[in-house]
Amino acid sequence: MKEKGWKECLWGGLIVDAGNSVLYKTGDWRSQRPIRDEQKCTDCLQCWIMCPDAAIKVKDGKIVGIDYDYCKGCGICCKVCPFDAIEMKEEGEK
Amino acid sequence: MIHAFSGNAAVAYAMKQINPDVVAVYPITPQTVAMERFADFVADGDVDTELIMADSEHSAMSCCIGASLAGGRVMTSTASAGLALMWEVLFVAASNRCPIIMNVMNRALSAPINIHCDHSDAMGARDSSWIQIHAENVQEAYDNIIQAVRIAEHENVRLPVMTNMDGFTLSHATERMETLEDQQVQKFISEFKAIYPLLDVDNPVTYGPLDLYDYYFEHKRQQVEAMELAYDVIKKVGQEYGKMTGRSFDMLHPFEMEDAEVAVVVLGSTSGTARVAVRAMRQKGIKVGLVKLRVFRPFPKDELREMLKGMKAVAVMDRSDSFGAFGGPVFSEVRSALLGEDVEVVNYIYGLGGRDIRQDQIEQVITDMSTVAKTGKVKSFVTYLGVR
Ligand code: SF4
Ligand code: SF4
Repeated sequence: MKEKGWKECLWGGLIVDAGNSVLYKTGDWRSQRPIRDEQKCTDCLQCWIMCPDAAIKVKDGKIVGIDYDYCKGCGICCKVCPFDAIEMKEEGEK
Repeated sequence: MIHAFSGNAAVAYAMKQINPDVVAVYPITPQTVAMERFADFVADGDVDTELIMADSEHSAMSCCIGASLAGGRVMTSTASAGLALMWEVLFVAASNRCPIIMNVMNRALSAPINIHCDHSDAMGARDSSWIQIHAENVQEAYDNIIQAVRIAEHENVRLPVMTNMDGFTLSHATERMETLEDQQVQKFISEFKAIYPLLDVDNPVTYGPLDLYDYYFEHKRQQVEAMELAYDVIKKVGQEYGKMTGRSFDMLHPFEMEDAEVAVVVLGSTSGTARVAVRAMRQKGIKVGLVKLRVFRPFPKDELREMLKGMKAVAVMDRSDSFGAFGGPVFSEVRSALLGEDVEVVNYIYGLGGRDIRQDQIEQVITDMSTVAKTGKVKSFVTYLGVR
């Protein structure tokens, strides 16, 4: 995204388009990545409830993946999973 | 209408005629009386204002910011330590482009405790991106407040305005002054136009988001531009006000400058005393003029340079000091405005903590300037006038 110059932006950092946080890829901040083990996962949805970034993707009551564009790597999902199905791995680690 | 009003009464009266949506205040000498009087107008139903009694000046200004962003016309008043306590949020008001009008009854800062006039309070806030207008007398204090509404709310400006007047010297002195009719004031200021108000729930907006190295600089640059554009707006509003009242206003008000060889630059109530001193010294054959600096922010650097270039010596009177700096705040700016000109600019710091400034002292300043003009030599660039 090309950054605007001072003549083009609204004053004071005013945001007039509601719901634009989707444009902000908070996944950039991540230093650790949650990896879900599909074998251990029971689709209890605890991680989905607790994830502060709505990064756990669910379809028809089942976990279908983690949205790494927005997952900040906070590790809450890993902590709350009652079945140890999520493991946090350093970014860059295989 | 003609009244005998103190500065405080004039402020309250102007606010009553403006009838702002919200006023958030905290009492502090010497502006408390203005707010007491305004509270009477609220209690008597003379205005529609929501009056918020805040628990500190920091809160008062914060309330003003919220109300302004919500979409209201907002005013307040403070002085001295009150303004100092607002310091943090002054910047928030300006950065969010809240056209708040604040009357400041200039008073010294503690310690030791002093309730009398100097300009340390306003000068301490000079970098906060508030427009600063200084009044010479009660009439001007009233006139400035009415004009401030138009200036602050102008779409090219949208910055808060601080209308200053000297504590006690003006706030508690009763002078003859004229007011406009209520309808005239309402017509002049016209209806408040909120831009991106928070209460417009159909068009939700976010104010004050996190703004880091990627955009903060751009937003600051915009404030510079708003100050630049304010020049023109202040001048036009001053002229328009003149057409209505016979009292025109500008950035600078020169006196006897046409053939002047030396000049005095001053702001606030001392301008009146200085004018008398200039007249007296002209009788003695010194070609002296006076420049009253009415608007300190935006600083009228180009006009000031035009007015003062060709002078042999210029004395800048500062009613506050910038400890450790080369002279007071007004001096620094006047001197930089004259950079490259062959003018000796010297500084007189006077009147701290309400110390009286007398006509004979300003006459002495003028005599000094005349000596500098003749000899081309400056004995001292910064003089503390009236200190023992
Ligand atoms: S690490 Fe944090 S942000 Fe990422 S999916 Fe888990 S809970 Fe959500
Ligand atoms: S908390 Fe664990 S078991 Fe439950 S849905 Fe999430 S990953 Fe699967």
